[in-house]
Amino acid sequence: MAAGHRIGLTLGPLLYLWDQPSWSDFYRRVADEVEVDTVVLGEIVCSKRDHFHAGAIERIAERLTAAGKRVRLGSPALVTIEREAKTVRQLAARSDYELEAGELSAHAAMEGRPHAIGPLVNVYNAPTAKVLAARGAVSICLPPELPLASMRSIIAGAPDIAFEVFAFGKVPLAISARCAHARNKGLVKDNCQFVCGEDPDGLPVDTLDGQHFLALNGVQTMSSTCQSLITDVPALADAGVRSLRLSPQVCDMVRVAGLFRSVADGRLEPEAAHSQLKQCYPTAAFSNGFLHAVPGHRLIGDRLSAL
Amino acid sequence: MELICPAGTPASFRDAVEAGADAVYCGFRDETNARNFPGLNFNAQELTEAATHARANGVSTLVAINTYMRAGAEELWYRAVDNAATAGADAIIVADLGLLAYAAERHPALRRHLSVQAAAANVEHINFLVDAFGIKRVVLPRVLTVAEVGAICRKARCETEVFVFGGLCVMEEGRCSLSSYATGKSPNMDGVCSPASHVRYRQDGSDMVSELGDFTINRFPKDEPTGYPTLCKGRFVAGGTAGYVFEDPASLDVLTHLEALARFGVSALKIEGRQRGRAYIAQVVREIRNRLDGLAAGEQREDGATLRKLSEGQRTTQGSYDKRWR
Repeated sequence: MAAGHRIGLTLGPLLYLWDQPSWSDFYRRVADEVEVDTVVLGEIVCSKRDHFHAGAIERIAERLTAAGKRVRLGSPALVTIEREAKTVRQLAARSDYELEAGELSAHAAMEGRPHAIGPLVNVYNAPTAKVLAARGAVSICLPPELPLASMRSIIAGAPDIAFEVFAFGKVPLAISARCAHARNKGLVKDNCQFVCGEDPDGLPVDTLDGQHFLALNGVQTMSSTCQSLITDVPALADAGVRSLRLSPQVCDMVRVAGLFRSVADGRLEPEAAHSQLKQCYPTAAFSNGFLHAVPGHRLIGDRLSAL
Repeated sequence: MELICPAGTPASFRDAVEAGADAVYCGFRDETNARNFPGLNFNAQELTEAATHARANGVSTLVAINTYMRAGAEELWYRAVDNAATAGADAIIVADLGLLAYAAERHPALRRHLSVQAAAANVEHINFLVDAFGIKRVVLPRVLTVAEVGAICRKARCETEVFVFGGLCVMEEGRCSLSSYATGKSPNMDGVCSPASHVRYRQDGSDMVSELGDFTINRFPKDEPTGYPTLCKGRFVAGGTAGYVFEDPASLDVLTHLEALARFGVSALKIEGRQRGRAYIAQVVREIRNRLDGLAAGEQREDGATLRKLSEGQRTTQGSYDKRWR
């Protein structure tokens, strides 16, 4: 494992709409039991969902902080209406928690003050990372579709930035103005009745030949597979990745985080951890193709060369 | 309003100039542009000739260098910007922040347009890039309603360009990895979406099956014409229902809103389709030119049927411009 940094763990924002009891139980467990360093809170997918957890977020943020975790507040991934622009301004004005930009209006609103960049901002090369760093970005979660060779080049070219990688969870692949989730249930976005809440782990999209392919999460389209880079952790550490992002799914996230922690600390073999990960999330098929520069849905068993 | 037309080849470039385009956009024959399709695009010499011909006819040349620079291979994108400047391009169309920074520093006099692939969907995002890199125009992503386009036009400190006809991205442009999830090739990194190299058609009984990578994208019974398997326009099963989960195979047509777009102060109207043939481009340009001239003369000149025949599946949609689409 590379010398230098201890790899951190970041719990990404919950991308799905969970009901209040599930949401509160989940974050209470995160505060008390989950071995992560940073927790990103906030509704970043759809501003229509804002009211569900807006009040509870403040209480959970305090509780997480008291539990020794660093809290970030995520800004919306797509900002087109005044309500969303206002959310961005409010988040940027706060001094208590760090902002994680979901798109560039949030980065601009920080006016050079320190903040994080989320995985849905397009950072494909070191010159772009440096443009953002010159205006206050201190950490960047790289886009999930990047191969390892690109990550290496970016990290080497912008060594002052703490880079994070999307290491666990269904991959957010696309976002649209249209809500395919509501449309599937015979509704339109303006009168969606929050039907995305019926599918807390996404609504599966299969091919006409019965292959699992994608999953709907409101206006966002996710992968059907759960990306897991657990067998790639040594290569990521060698590349200089500073934190691994775990994206909440309907599975035992306490154990998922524990497994990533153990592998990152060198206490558990990655292959053994991969087997145990399957037990944490028995309904999932895993993938790591993006990192290996092959179609994202594929799972490459061989560890990447550390070279 | 300027009419901006696509050109995939030097021949279609000349046709677009002749048919009445105010500006023509095109790209280099490599992964620096988002229509990196086999048999299309320009080398430096061809671009120089095209730009010279365009200028002689009072037409502008816009060069799309609008994929994201591959880490470690940034030189390829930098050379593309240098070559566009040398060829006499009137503007470059760019999405990558690192490349914008390079262009602003090395070629300050070369106009920079923000590509639709940059997904700048709000005025704060746009004005940030006006201040940081001096962008002169933004091509708006297809996630906005007509009213939202108007609101951006009022506050943006640069010109706006709007897609009015041709292919429709269902997802916000520049933020979609569906294609690389299925094939390993992405719009952002490789300049391709649902690439032909990964398409297969397979007969299954009386059905024709279209596949992209390892996935079935559609099945066509004997009496239904077979369509190209663009991923987001495939038929899938979700929630027990089979159908077009994301969007039907239709193309964008918002020409009914020309008057409103003119009123908002939109600077340019864009036609999608650098991969389209010469006849298509020439006919679409002529048709839209006619309507714009009609608008200027205060007449309504509509012939929706002609354009509809040219559309994908012969069906059109207003996409996000119509609030109900969402």
